[in-house]
Amino acid sequence: MAIYEPERMWWNPLSKDERIWVGVALIWMLVSFIFMPIYHVVGSQNPPSETYKVTAEDFDKLVEGMVAKYKVGEENGFPVVHPNPSEPIYVRASMWQWYPVLELEKGKTYRLHLSSMDIQHGFSILPINMNFMALPGYDYVLKLTPTTTGEFHIVCNEYCGIGHHTMVGKMYVK
Amino acid sequence: MANFQFRTDPLSGLKIEKSSENLIKWNVIAALATLAVGGLMALLVALTRWPSVHLLGATNYYRFLTLHGIDALLAWIIFFEVALVHFTSTVLLGTRSYVPWLGWLAFALMLIGGGVINVIVLLGGADVMFTSYVPLKADPIYYLGVILFAVGALLGFIIFFINVTLSKRDGGYKRSLPLGSFGMAAGSIIAVLTLAHGAAIFIPTLLWALNIIGYVDPAAYRLVFWGLGHPSQQINVSAMVAVWYMTAAFVVGSKPVNEKLSRTAFVLYILFINVASEHHLLVDPVLSTWHKIVNTSYMMHLAVLASMIHAFAIPASIEVALRRQGFTRGLFEWLKKAPWGNPAFSGIAISILLFGFLGGITGVIFGTEQFNIIRHNTWAITGHFHGTVVAGTTIAFMGFTYLLIPYIFKREIIWKGFATIQPYLYGVGVATLSIGMMSAGQFGVPRRHYDITFSGAPFSFTFDPAIDMFMSMMGVGGVLAAIGGVLYILISFGSIIFGKKIGD
Ligand code: HEM
Ligand SMILES: [Cu+2]
Ligand SMILES: [Cu+2]
Repeated sequence: MAIYEPERMWWNPLSKDERIWVGVALIWMLVSFIFMPIYHVVGSQNPPSETYKVTAEDFDKLVEGMVAKYKVGEENGFPVVHPNPSEPIYVRASMWQWYPVLELEKGKTYRLHLSSMDIQHGFSILPINMNFMALPGYDYVLKLTPTTTGEFHIVCNEYCGIGHHTMVGKMYVK
Repeated sequence: MANFQFRTDPLSGLKIEKSSENLIKWNVIAALATLAVGGLMALLVALTRWPSVHLLGATNYYRFLTLHGIDALLAWIIFFEVALVHFTSTVLLGTRSYVPWLGWLAFALMLIGGGVINVIVLLGGADVMFTSYVPLKADPIYYLGVILFAVGALLGFIIFFINVTLSKRDGGYKRSLPLGSFGMAAGSIIAVLTLAHGAAIFIPTLLWALNIIGYVDPAAYRLVFWGLGHPSQQINVSAMVAVWYMTAAFVVGSKPVNEKLSRTAFVLYILFINVASEHHLLVDPVLSTWHKIVNTSYMMHLAVLASMIHAFAIPASIEVALRRQGFTRGLFEWLKKAPWGNPAFSGIAISILLFGFLGGITGVIFGTEQFNIIRHNTWAITGHFHGTVVAGTTIAFMGFTYLLIPYIFKREIIWKGFATIQPYLYGVGVATLSIGMMSAGQFGVPRRHYDITFSGAPFSFTFDPAIDMFMSMMGVGGVLAAIGGVLYILISFGSIIFGKKIGD
């Protein structure tokens, strides 16, 4: 019993039922085991890993540079920016805003740089529900190709203080 | 040579020594008390996230959510596990506690640490969630409380090794530990590795909060924090599985069908879990793709294989035991005639079922590199771990309490009728809560979020109206679970204080 010491020879071979069960479980695990890296190669949506170190000041300069060059309007006090797809684009997280509002073109591939000015934030694009972390001190590069037009929102989904639930940004795909 | 007071428990036949009995009692009592606080916080938080109720203000919501994480996940679970350490390293072997002073020191540190954390969080000094991701800063006292608690827990798990080493000398066992103790041995080994990560991250963070060091790297913090946070879930799994085996043995007299298989599965936990703890970091910057793939996928599946083995071995051993008792008609007479009215038995049955189908399956899916993009930090994650650590570990521990009260506290369970329904009520509640969370999370509803209508935000997003139903489902499930939780606390404390004395 599980509450008594086993008899002297407990190193017994498995019975047929046990062998079948372990065999099936093992095969199932092996399939998942192989499939994930395969999907990484053949699939078109994988978590990126390209990262650079960056200070808050430097990142802020890059963001403001993009805004100055490509600003096309303003919405609720946030600049709306229509950047050139061949240039890097930036999203800046800080307590508690996503800055600026980007306007992207459908079918173009962008390199989106994501970083935080202060603490950790969660970059959640809704309603398509894709989620990445924005950390201070790191520039996380997401390669992104919008495939549907419309209006998207960026919601913060990592707790970042008392204003966390008001941290909502916007993005357009035209 | 001191004189050790042993007694033989009339119900279980266990040989129990006085000092280990007291250690078990007080650790269980502390576990119950922290679950009571954690559960109250849970109810308030659940009623806040239920949109048509939206009970608390934002500050209290975040504060109580922090405390719910701490009291439920850290305090309740670890106090109970330390009680299990004492149980499996002394009572189960029929030998004494060799280092009771160390047991009390560990207990005192955990109690003080837990008390300090509770006070500082309630005073508003640490609204940082239990993850306290830097550079979000709490009062230094908060980190100090965590360190005290963790050191206490570390000592608590070390006692396991001291007791089993010395027990052999006194004939507690000849060659191999009973399976229940073996499972806790796996848990204790993982615990020591895990708590070392805890020291590696909380000590620098304390120094940073005291302005002694200038900077703690946020990415490194996340890596080491989850070196603590995830393997500690594997302590919970090991302890839960040990409880499954022990309960089956106590209640229906079942015997592991194949000791080799079950023990190998525990060894798989030890070997693979520490290198499979990074699914929290799949959508983080810094870590390379292959690092993520190897760490989260390759190693994880071997730990899952171990759970698959237990999922077979335990029901099989119960079937064999019940068939031996004469329930042999057809394929399923044993299942019909199982002691479903015994809350210890129904507790583990519900725990096995929900852990596998709710917690386990979603864990494997959400831990996959690509799926994680659409689940990270959504409410689906919260749904997943209420399927593992609540529907699995917590319900198993609740069931085991109904054995510890007669065996260790020498009291009969009061309110037998309520005790019979308690695991079902709690199980249905948590399952509903968890499925509600997972379904809402599928639409991107964030976790740890006060207001998904985003009032006061510069832009407002409106979720798919389908989430209303799932959010309410979470609320209803939360209330049911809270009622089940209150029943558990009342029955346990009631039996400990007012239950009829057994034996004397
Ligand atoms: C009556 C039973 C319970 C109910 C109704 C409940 C409900 C909840 C709710 C509503 C949340 C908030 C999620 C959010 O807003 O993001 C939550 C979070 C959490 N719960 Fe529970 N819970 C219960 C029991 C437990 C138990 C027993 C444990 C641990 C063993 C636990 C561990 C956690 C943890 C770790 C979190 C995450 C906290 C965070 O995100 O920082 N819960 N729970
Ligand atoms: Cu944020
Ligand atoms: Cu946030």
